[in-house]
Amino acid sequence: MTATDVNTGSVEPSGTKPKKIFSSRNIMLYGVLTVAAFYYLVPLYVMVMTSVKGMPEIRIGNIFSPPLEVTFQPWVKAWSEACTGLNCDGLQRGFWNSVWITVPSTLISILIASVNGYALANWKFKGANVFFTILIFGAFIPYQVMIYPIVIILREMGLYTKLAGLVMVHTIFGMPILTLLFRNYFISLPEELFKAARIDGAGFWGIFLKVMVPMSLPIFVVAMILQITGIWNDFLFGVIYTKPANYPMTVQLNNIVNSVQGIKEYNVNMAATMLTAIVPLVVYFVSGKLFVRGIAAGAVKG
Amino acid sequence: MEKTSRPSQLFRNMSAKIASIPMVLTALVIFVGCTVWSFIYSFTGSKLLPKKLFQWEEFAAIPIPTWIDKDGELNFSIVTGIVSKSWVGLKQYDRLWSNTRWITSLENLALYAGFALVFSLVVGFILAAFMDQKIRFENTFRTIFLYPYAMSAIVTGLVWQWILNPTFGIEKIVKGWGFTDFEFAPLQNPDLVMFGILFAGIWQGTGFIMALMLAGLRGIDEDIWKASRIDGIPMWKTYIRVVIPMMRPVFVTTLVLITAGILKVYDLVVAQTGGGPGLASQVPAMYVYTYLFGAQNLGQGLAASTMMLLSVLVILIPWTIIEFGGKEQR
Repeated sequence: MTATDVNTGSVEPSGTKPKKIFSSRNIMLYGVLTVAAFYYLVPLYVMVMTSVKGMPEIRIGNIFSPPLEVTFQPWVKAWSEACTGLNCDGLQRGFWNSVWITVPSTLISILIASVNGYALANWKFKGANVFFTILIFGAFIPYQVMIYPIVIILREMGLYTKLAGLVMVHTIFGMPILTLLFRNYFISLPEELFKAARIDGAGFWGIFLKVMVPMSLPIFVVAMILQITGIWNDFLFGVIYTKPANYPMTVQLNNIVNSVQGIKEYNVNMAATMLTAIVPLVVYFVSGKLFVRGIAAGAVKG
Repeated sequence: MEKTSRPSQLFRNMSAKIASIPMVLTALVIFVGCTVWSFIYSFTGSKLLPKKLFQWEEFAAIPIPTWIDKDGELNFSIVTGIVSKSWVGLKQYDRLWSNTRWITSLENLALYAGFALVFSLVVGFILAAFMDQKIRFENTFRTIFLYPYAMSAIVTGLVWQWILNPTFGIEKIVKGWGFTDFEFAPLQNPDLVMFGILFAGIWQGTGFIMALMLAGLRGIDEDIWKASRIDGIPMWKTYIRVVIPMMRPVFVTTLVLITAGILKVYDLVVAQTGGGPGLASQVPAMYVYTYLFGAQNLGQGLAASTMMLLSVLVILIPWTIIEFGGKEQR
């Protein structure tokens, strides 16, 4: 190590190989990261541990101690017996509602946004940019401004409190980010491809289906990740645009855990919470780096 | 030439126009139409919804606005129920600003926003800087920091509600260590409740900020590090003097995103405290919801939502001018 390196103290620029594994730099670096990782992992740990304990054990023990006796009873109860109001058929109803909300919303919104982004990228018509700008600005309007008029619109269409209405709402509010995502991706594709297909006589839909879509599978996956997690985790739209029988999982979960009636069964609550978190977590762990790309794409405008 | 091309203009590029119909409708009907509607109705004294909100079968009483009447009156043709209310001018806004509940909501949001911004930017940046040191297990660390972001605010709120629970959570554990008069019940204490929510908010959000910052750091030219090392400039100084100024666009974008997100904070509060104890953790989004759907006071809820929109615009407009003002000419 050179003198300058020593001077830099605990942190130094990357590039030089530290000779010792346990240099003070490394200890601090990994120390801080490990402590941070600990903070991030504790809630998950507590959630899992609490959900496999019995209630008596929760009352005596502390939330961080591992269970003396593992029981999956709370999970079973959360899934099929937990009560919201008078309904005691558990979280499974919310789960299936969420599935029936998330699947069509994801597919429809991606379908519409991809075609739309393609039109904006390759077939720009007069005025298209005006609408696109409004759309992007719209993404920043607080939902609270628009929720009530949308209630009226849905009611007029006969979709209020129905799953189809909620699917429509998710499609609408997913549009700005998805359209941006697809438009930017299609613009980044080499224009020669598009021109060559044009010369070969392919039209709007032909080019889209035969040239663009096959080349853009990663961006479709990114969009799916974005939509599945976003829609599954939604609470506000679910609570406003559906009725109790159609509540998505997050709303039902909140009603189960924060209900004032009855004895609080913390293990069941935590099992229910885990059950609700599983779908986005699986998506997250499976998708890995694409998830980061998805949220970054949704966030940073290119 | 002029004559022949004119009529075809509308039908040129027809497929693209058809494909854009959803976008055009969303932009005009939802983003412009609904916003304008809410804005206009925030100047009315409309009290609308039927009393029992959760008996949805009776929920047929939502008004059908027939738009503004000739003499400036708003008319609602209503299926069942009430109301035809007139302009009240700025009265809703007067009431809003004299309502302690609204003031509390704003104070809470300001407190939350201030701390959340500083914490998530600082922590997010430091984590990103550490992650950028060519460390081992980078993927593992990233996965750990970011997974809370995949979970819903409801889940986050409920988990932290449980950890901060004084009877079972942290308070009990510290008491168990022998500090018997230790008290830690932020969610039950009106003065601390926003900090309890902050715990959860930071936990969920910083990973995302870290990812954005890391992407920004990776965009910094390697040569800058080499140059500063040759000059013997300590690393922290390079960060503060060179790298952070270079990352200004990333910081600005992140700032706008966090702020716009914070203004919408709702789910987390619902899950963690439901706005309590008392009204101690009310936030503006909750105020709007309560007045729109709970208190049957449409005008009041819409006035509050208009104020929310206004605060977003205050952030958004300068940002757009700074970021895109120059580029717009393209």
